[in-house]
Amino acid sequence: MADGAAPVLDVRGLKTVFRTRGGEIHAVNDVSFTLRPGELLGVVGESGSGKSVTMMSLLRLLPAPPADIRGGTAMLNGRDLLAMTDAELRATRGARVGFVFQDPMTSLNPVFTLGNQIMEPLITHKGMTKRQAETRAVELLDLVGIPDARRRLYQYPHQFSGGMRQRVMIAIALACDPDVLIADEPTTALDVTIQAQILELVKELRQKLGMAIIWITHDLGVIAGIADRVMVMYGGQVVEQAPVKELFANPQHPYTRALLQTIPRISGERSERLKVIEGQPPILTGPLTACPFRARCEYRHDACDAANPPRRAIDGRMVGEGHDVACHWHAPAKAEMANA
Amino acid sequence: MLTFTLRRLLLAIPTLLAISLVIFLLVDYAPGSPLSDIPLTVPPDVRQKMIEAMGADQPVFVRYLLWLKQFFWIEPMTQFDYWFGTSYMEGEQRILSWQTRSPVFSIIGERLPQTLIVIGTAYLVGILIALPIGIYSAYRQYSIFDQAGTLVAMIGFSVPTFFSGTLLIIIFAVWLGWFPTKYDTTLEVTDWASFLEQLRQMAMPVMTLGLANAAAISRYMRSSMLDNMSMDYVRTARAKGLSERTVVLKHVLRNSLIPVVTVIALGIPSIFGGAIITENLFGVNGIGAALIGAIHASDLPMVQTLAFIFAVLIVLFNLIADVLYGFLDPRIRYD
Repeated sequence: MADGAAPVLDVRGLKTVFRTRGGEIHAVNDVSFTLRPGELLGVVGESGSGKSVTMMSLLRLLPAPPADIRGGTAMLNGRDLLAMTDAELRATRGARVGFVFQDPMTSLNPVFTLGNQIMEPLITHKGMTKRQAETRAVELLDLVGIPDARRRLYQYPHQFSGGMRQRVMIAIALACDPDVLIADEPTTALDVTIQAQILELVKELRQKLGMAIIWITHDLGVIAGIADRVMVMYGGQVVEQAPVKELFANPQHPYTRALLQTIPRISGERSERLKVIEGQPPILTGPLTACPFRARCEYRHDACDAANPPRRAIDGRMVGEGHDVACHWHAPAKAEMANA
Repeated sequence: MLTFTLRRLLLAIPTLLAISLVIFLLVDYAPGSPLSDIPLTVPPDVRQKMIEAMGADQPVFVRYLLWLKQFFWIEPMTQFDYWFGTSYMEGEQRILSWQTRSPVFSIIGERLPQTLIVIGTAYLVGILIALPIGIYSAYRQYSIFDQAGTLVAMIGFSVPTFFSGTLLIIIFAVWLGWFPTKYDTTLEVTDWASFLEQLRQMAMPVMTLGLANAAAISRYMRSSMLDNMSMDYVRTARAKGLSERTVVLKHVLRNSLIPVVTVIALGIPSIFGGAIITENLFGVNGIGAALIGAIHASDLPMVQTLAFIFAVLIVLFNLIADVLYGFLDPRIRYD
């Protein structure tokens, strides 16, 4: 969207380590990205690639210990989230940044009414009275498409279906008009028709409210439909980043291309088996000294074992602004791509 | 909820009848004679007369049916007469203790207040100590506070009250002389000084039992808090920007209290049952002491009646725990 505008969120060199009995797990390694106002940034990667941990690190939502944020800055409208005091951070969570989690069945507190849970951030951050918060909660439920909102306010989470609960989670996240909405695989736990409804809802809300959104998913199909820009993560780092059309038309990193090939096609013969990426994601027991994808990469050569490739822009713009990729061999010849 | 409660109350009737029969038969077949305290110099024919006078020579089912009638009809109506000044039950045979020949319910009426004051306070103190300890131990799991709490709970759990009670007597009554060694049942609280005296004599039995209760309940509280602390909704609450206080004391606590409240409710009948050992140790002349005395003297009506009252309380508080569960957890609705 608004290209060139000052970013709402500017993350630089984020590093998160988990200290466990068996040693350290380097879950997030030097992740940098920006989020511009009104933009929807898709974050893709398989389980364990560090997508969720990155976003939870921003709001320090990971239990510490074991999680330890080792470095980096995360400027939200010019203020560093990682340097904030606990009180400042609390005033930001839910107010400036809304969070929607993966499993709506367990993300709501079972013993409080929905109204209570929606009103909490309003009362905490906006200093609303109960009555004001109630009015606003009804508005919010209307906004996320829950019919009969006023009556629903007094019901408990178990009286709602999964899709409805996720709508409620979105209402809670949006309660205080945040600048950034972080959605951590919000449709993964829902069945397909409900997924589509939630996607439609988010598209619609984006039009209405214009907040910036970070959408974490492992589903490339979802990303293609809603994102402006996509960041592909692997081994706790960003391996490729590009505007959505560019990424789908011209994927550069072997991992991105492998991911795109795993999407099953609806049209045509179903003669082929579903494609998979062979091998396992790496276990990140130390700082990366080589390319994390090398063990599964068909283009592996000596350089891949020698050093972890930095992100390089391939379209002449700054890293993070246009199309960049972290691969020693970032521009494979067209002929070889055809072979792949 | 009302239908559920009524249904459960109706179901309790056959349950309690069965329990009463089992208690009656068990107590009846227990060895011992009601005359074992009577001197051997009393001649056999007099003994026989005494047995007959007590009705102890009647067949067991006659005595059981008579006891049922006395318990469920005569005793409540006698109480009714007492309250409203009527005289429906004039001359009816109440349940009499074989030891004292006085009505069992009068004895209970004398003993119960002592028990409720001392044991009830101990239970309350136990809960009030246990809940904050359990909550904080869970919140700071494996901290020094938690480790110390675990140690104290282990001690409270594993050291029997006759040992910890005796220890307290030696330290605080014998060495330090802060508290009296014996509980004086005849003390009447009339003014500030006697109230303080009452507090002083209650201190040691309350500490002894309170420690044991607190140990158990704080463990329940801790583990229940830990179960809930890692739930997704706790992360949601934090992501909303709520203070740690609200997150822990509202979101986590409300969920964690559900099983703990049940445990506490189920423990209440034991207050009425008295703490037999503690009461004997400190000379609190309560229900527990009365029960032990009655068992020693083979005072069957007393033992049967007390045991049955405990059974009623246990059934009742089970029901109360279930109803409370429904109130605390909106997912549970019985209708």
